[in-house]
Amino acid sequence: MHELSITQAAVETIIERMGATPIRRVTLEIGVLSGVVVDSVRFCFEVIVAGTPLRDAVLDVVETPGRAACRDCTLEFVVEDPRILLCPGCGDADVRVLAGRELRIKSVEVENVCARPAVARTRPEPG
Amino acid sequence: MCATCGCSDEAGTRVIDPEAGGHGHGHDHVHPETKRTVLLEQDILAANDLLAENNRGWLAERAIHAVNLMSSPGSGKTTLLERTIRELGREFPMTVIEGDQETVFDADRIRATGCRVIQVNTGAGCHLDADMLAKALRTLDPPNRSTVFIENVGNLVCPALFDLGEGTRTVIMSVTEGADKPGKYPHMFRTADVVLLNKIDLLPYVDFDVDMFLTALTQVNPRSRVLQMSATGGEGMDDWYGWLRERVGLGPTV
Ligand SMILES: Nc1nc2c(ncn2[C@@H]2O[C@H](COP(=O)(O)OP(=O)(O)OP(=O)(O)O)[C@@H](O)[C@H]2O)c(=O)[nH]1
Ligand SMILES: [Zn+2]
Ligand SMILES: [Zn+2]
Ligand SMILES: [Zn+2]
Repeated sequence: MHELSITQAAVETIIERMGATPIRRVTLEIGVLSGVVVDSVRFCFEVIVAGTPLRDAVLDVVETPGRAACRDCTLEFVVEDPRILLCPGCGDADVRVLAGRELRIKSVEVENVCARPAVARTRPEPG
Repeated sequence: MCATCGCSDEAGTRVIDPEAGGHGHGHDHVHPETKRTVLLEQDILAANDLLAENNRGWLAERAIHAVNLMSSPGSGKTTLLERTIRELGREFPMTVIEGDQETVFDADRIRATGCRVIQVNTGAGCHLDADMLAKALRTLDPPNRSTVFIENVGNLVCPALFDLGEGTRTVIMSVTEGADKPGKYPHMFRTADVVLLNKIDLLPYVDFDVDMFLTALTQVNPRSRVLQMSATGGEGMDDWYGWLRERVGLGPTV
């Protein structure tokens, strides 16, 4: 199940970028042509985040649609089923995938913490 | 003490900045929301892809051609390698990396041919990744201007997603599997440079429709070459050797 490796890679990358900061929400972008099953990612996520700064994070998945262009008649079209990559215009199978293969970490949501040491500025400046 | 940021209201001092409009309780910065979104915008497989590029560079420096062999379990990867080593080993310096979840049976079979081989056990992992290949290559230390065959874990799903840095992606499928396999595993067949249809000696005994298979393959990957063969009987092996010579840049030897 490659969803396990994929999810693991995503969690590791987030920890690498965010350190120990507790993460509240993770947004992943998974294209419909990526070959990754979103439900499996959700399942793996629950298991993998235990004991990490992501343990309380909610997982959001944005599923991006597939788009392809025909090399023959240049028509651009939406691909719903990754198994059928056929040009609806001329029926040719020689198509180039433009979008839908994404496997990306979009963003994370963290608790807001003060950027500045607050105490330093709590007294009025003299003058 | 501010519950949001933990800073303290010392001696009741209040500094209110009307412009900030936040929760003016003694400090001049704003907490517009309690949560903050950090954009990461990073490919999940970026780490693997980077390692794969490193492997590609490592191989190119040494003029080594790596062939990734992928298939369902039992399609004939090891049998094909055994025969290829026996029949082409003298002409082509070659070594093998065997990826399996647990056993070393395949590595033992390759070793029996006299070819250098190392085994990578992936444990629970159902595919090789670029990091495993990097380590395997360092251990194997293949000679310059040689060919490294990588027998991936028998699985038509996961290896499709993981670039290893190989020069050729080969998918093997046998006539005992369904002719509709390309449509069922489009990702795997789409990434193939060459598809080997193996066990054609069994065609008279199974209801495998070769034309249907070729049509299904063309629909997901109109660019890949298809070579029909029997790794046990030897039929079609010359086409495979010819293809390898061309691909590896040796050209015809006779
Ligand atoms: N009839 C026939 N049998 C074959 C052919 N090639 C392989 N086999 C048989 O198929 C079985 C599996 O072959 P292997 O070479 O072990 O397959 P594999 O792809 O390496 O298998 P895994 O490593 O387990 O994924 C063996 O019994 C082979 O003898 C062929 O061309 N024709
Ligand atoms: Zn897998
Ligand atoms: Zn078209
Ligand atoms: Zn094998």
